[in-house]
Amino acid sequence: MSNELSAAPWLSVEGLSARYGKVEALRPVDITLARGELVAVLGPNGAGKSTLLRAIMGLTPGNGRVWFDGAELPRGDAQAVTTRGVILVPEGRGIFGPMTVRENLDLGAYLLGNQRGEMMARLERVFALFPRLQDRQSQLAGSLSGGEQQMLAIGRALMAGPRLLLLDEPSLGLAPRLAAEILDTLGQLNRAGLGILLVEQRAPLALKLATRAYLMAVGRVVAEVTPDQIASPHDLARYYFAAA
Amino acid sequence: MAGFRLSGIAATLCWLAGAALVGYAFVSGGYLVTVLGFAALYAIFVTGLNFFMGYTGQVSFGQNAFAAIGGYTSAVLTTAFKWPVFAAMPLGIAAAALLALLIGYPTLRLRGHYLAMATLALGMIVQEIAVQWDSVTMGYTGIAAIAPLGAFGWELPHERAQLAALLAALALAVWVSSRLKHSRLGHALAAIAGSEDAARALGIDVARYKLIAFVIAAVYAAFAGALFAHHVGFVSPEVFGLHMVVLGFTMLYVGGIGSVYGPLIGALIISLLPETFRSFKDYQDLAYGVALIVILIYAPKGLSSLMRMWRARKAGPAGVSGGGK
Repeated sequence: MSNELSAAPWLSVEGLSARYGKVEALRPVDITLARGELVAVLGPNGAGKSTLLRAIMGLTPGNGRVWFDGAELPRGDAQAVTTRGVILVPEGRGIFGPMTVRENLDLGAYLLGNQRGEMMARLERVFALFPRLQDRQSQLAGSLSGGEQQMLAIGRALMAGPRLLLLDEPSLGLAPRLAAEILDTLGQLNRAGLGILLVEQRAPLALKLATRAYLMAVGRVVAEVTPDQIASPHDLARYYFAAA
Repeated sequence: MAGFRLSGIAATLCWLAGAALVGYAFVSGGYLVTVLGFAALYAIFVTGLNFFMGYTGQVSFGQNAFAAIGGYTSAVLTTAFKWPVFAAMPLGIAAAALLALLIGYPTLRLRGHYLAMATLALGMIVQEIAVQWDSVTMGYTGIAAIAPLGAFGWELPHERAQLAALLAALALAVWVSSRLKHSRLGHALAAIAGSEDAARALGIDVARYKLIAFVIAAVYAAFAGALFAHHVGFVSPEVFGLHMVVLGFTMLYVGGIGSVYGPLIGALIISLLPETFRSFKDYQDLAYGVALIVILIYAPKGLSSLMRMWRARKAGPAGVSGGGK
């Protein structure tokens, strides 16, 4: 892994910034991610973590450049970013409540068009990962429990055939056991070769999986750490206070 | 399970009641035929509005503009230029679709209230043109003696035959709406209605699909407008005024926004309600208003949602997945 990490990064975010009106939500940020790596982005509320993911996707306008797999990602065009294999699981899951579980999953494979065979193959893989979704295929997504909705959000993203998954707080609002279950699944996906940029507030869970973590506060990256540098929440607080 | 069976029976009874009403109108003729004819026209108009507002989650106060273009184009071509109805109507619809394409491209970048205001302005501009372009539209006087529905020199002889034609057109409109709702296009529109950002992040071309929905809604409105012109035989700026928008919105929300059959139910109920309360005389409008409020309190998602709500209540907590949150 160390050789891969020292090579040209797979994802390279260079001086990416974003504003909401007059508020500077993201100050110029630089981060990298190697092919197949799982990198965590940690930080308190309002640190700019979600904005970072949205800016990478092009959902929030901003300055700076984002390179993925040797080519620059277009700014302000999420649809084009998606076609390059970078898929976002947004904060709050972004599932379509009035639609069934199956319809949500089908929408995930929207870019496949009429390639039914490939779509069914992806569906089988998602159901193998989350059998509960198979049981609830015809249920309205809005009536699922929080954990199931998160499974659906990840499953729908997997239907898009991602090369790099951007996950925004997948454990948000979930009981600890369910959160751990979801993050275990992400670990499985990563071991199978999927690159993951994971925004998370539950640092201990994220650090179990990640090779590295960026700590963010007030819209900028304040430190880059490896999991062994963070033995306790106290260590994290030390970095944040140092930044303040 | 019993709940599902009972709601199925109730739904069948509703359909049978509707069919019986239409059957009665055909037998008895008279005013009821006129009321049902207007209900069918509005049901087509509102089915289009439902495409843009219900399926796609956008707002348009300007659909009357497209109804006016469909109606006036067909009226002018058949009266001034003696075009046959079957040729004039498609041209009116095409003109409305083209305008929707041209107007929608810049306008649909707006969201929420701004889009609503822009579409409202569109409706008012077209109405003003209908008033001011006297040489073509006859201004406030309007265009009368428009050829009735028909084709190849054959005209539908009486009101009942016209109603049958309108019901056939409505059936086609609802069938297309249902097919499109459950198609790839319909799912993409539902995703946009859910969250434009989430839809974009799935690779859906949000701007393109919003434009498609806008054009489809315009085609429905123009179709309804053209049918109106040839069914009633008269068009004027008032016909396609703000009243049409208000009525369309009322029908959409009373019937059930986002539901395939909602516009149909809404148009029928809203067309029949004033007639039902006619015996209230001076209090007719008051009774009508109270009825609307009661419907929206007890069926906030529209009358078409009542069966679904009932089924959900019968299914109880088992209908909602458990699992720890």
